[in-house]
Amino acid sequence: MNYDSGDTAWVLASAALVLFMTPGLALFYGGMVRRKNVLAMLMQNFGVMAVVSLVWVWVTYSLAFGPDWGGAGLIGTLHFAGLGHIHQAVPGYTGARAQTIPPVAFVIFQMMFAIITPALLTGSGADRMKFGTFLAFVVTWSVLVYAPITHWVFSPEGWLAKRGAEDFAGGTVVELNAGMAGAALALVAGRRRGWPRTLMRPHNIPLTMLGGGILWFGWFGFNAGSALSARGAGVAFVNTNTAMAAALLAWIAVEKVRTGKPTTLGAVSGAIAGAVAITPACGFVDTLGATVIGVLAGAVAAVAVSLKFRLGLDDSLDVLAIHGVAGLLGTLLVGFFGTAAALGRNGLFYGGGAALLGNQALAVLCVGVYSFAVTTGIAYAIRRTVGLRVSDEVETAGLDLGLHEESAYDFEASTGGRSTGGGSLR
Amino acid sequence: MRLVTAIVKPFKLDDVKTALQEAGITGMTVSEARGFGRQGGHTEVYRGAEYRIDFVPKVRIEVVVDEFDVGRVVDIIADAARTGRIGDGKVWITPVEDLVRIRTGERGADALR
Repeated sequence: MNYDSGDTAWVLASAALVLFMTPGLALFYGGMVRRKNVLAMLMQNFGVMAVVSLVWVWVTYSLAFGPDWGGAGLIGTLHFAGLGHIHQAVPGYTGARAQTIPPVAFVIFQMMFAIITPALLTGSGADRMKFGTFLAFVVTWSVLVYAPITHWVFSPEGWLAKRGAEDFAGGTVVELNAGMAGAALALVAGRRRGWPRTLMRPHNIPLTMLGGGILWFGWFGFNAGSALSARGAGVAFVNTNTAMAAALLAWIAVEKVRTGKPTTLGAVSGAIAGAVAITPACGFVDTLGATVIGVLAGAVAAVAVSLKFRLGLDDSLDVLAIHGVAGLLGTLLVGFFGTAAALGRNGLFYGGGAALLGNQALAVLCVGVYSFAVTTGIAYAIRRTVGLRVSDEVETAGLDLGLHEESAYDFEASTGGRSTGGGSLR
Repeated sequence: MRLVTAIVKPFKLDDVKTALQEAGITGMTVSEARGFGRQGGHTEVYRGAEYRIDFVPKVRIEVVVDEFDVGRVVDIIADAARTGRIGDGKVWITPVEDLVRIRTGERGADALR
């Protein structure tokens, strides 16, 4: 097999960029929770990196990208389980789509998407999930939700891909999926004690800005890496940056009008919303499309964050608004702004009619409903058996101390002990 | 002896310290405090959600002085800390029964000098 060395190098580098997004996400979220829960947030994200790494090579890669089971395009078989038969080409990538990289490079690149998607759910269930139970949830969710949806949309043998639904880098598979699953998890887990009356403000916005910066950096691998070629990556790379910049400005413009001042948390949230919305579209649109998608994503997400208070849903760090809503928006906008130069057919605004938009809407509907329904079922089953949440006592004292017997910050220079006072070695 | 306790705006701490030093006061204790008076709190906005923050950051200054010095010290602190706007803080005076300098064991007014 003749592989392209440039393509292979770019995809491997992109895999590393995308992996780095999960520690970035951990900091992004870690800064937004209260001081007593920051370690638990970091720990959940690193825990997801570990368990999904193993589940992916042993089971879920094969379910997602293995040969289709029964020809219905619903799920792959276990042909590649444990990375057996991995020298064989990834099924469905034929003709113009034939991969020019070794299948193992594709395995590790896609693994990073499988990691960050459930990692996003740490934001919905922040401050209240049991650690071990959360990891068990992630394993189950990877098999029952992430693998099938990835097969439907990303595998060329999937039923939505075959119908012509387009998702360049994961607007449905990662973003909408995480948003809907996050809403389901928050719904089943229930509200944090005291929410929404009690003040729960971010404890360290500089951490959040650093995490947001890492996400911005890593998103170039996420989106431009999804071209699976070095030559085709440039457009996706530039569109990603354009949309993030436009969305940052749109979000703070909305804030200026609604509450009077642009905020740092709003700026970084806007950039992320822009990246989310351009994810399904980045390889399919031109500069005008990327700019408009960014502006719409930033503005719509800035308003959508207030939705949870109306719904009474403690989606603690706004996964539904920023990933669900912006992911849905970006996926649909491919139907308006898609160009024939990249897609072979135009979207509605370029004279291609509504056919593409119809496929996008179908993908949004099926992925959204399936993700919400199955996640609700998994979370409910766990709640009824081993329990999702920590005890009220641990929730009040903080998960860092209650679950991990650590504190994130030592503010007592003179004693060197815990914030409860001078300690000594036990 | 009297304990003079002042709650002042944090950015006025340097002015108060300098004024007290210039007046020959040789010691003070400073701590960060939070609270509210007529000024009330302020609002903070995170992702569109407005939070009312009741407790405003302040600095607490504590100085132990001789009885005859109390009026002068209170005036110095109040003058140095005044902006004329709401939230300038309070100064109050409490009696001190005794005082010990730990290093030498001196007691009472001797421990002040």
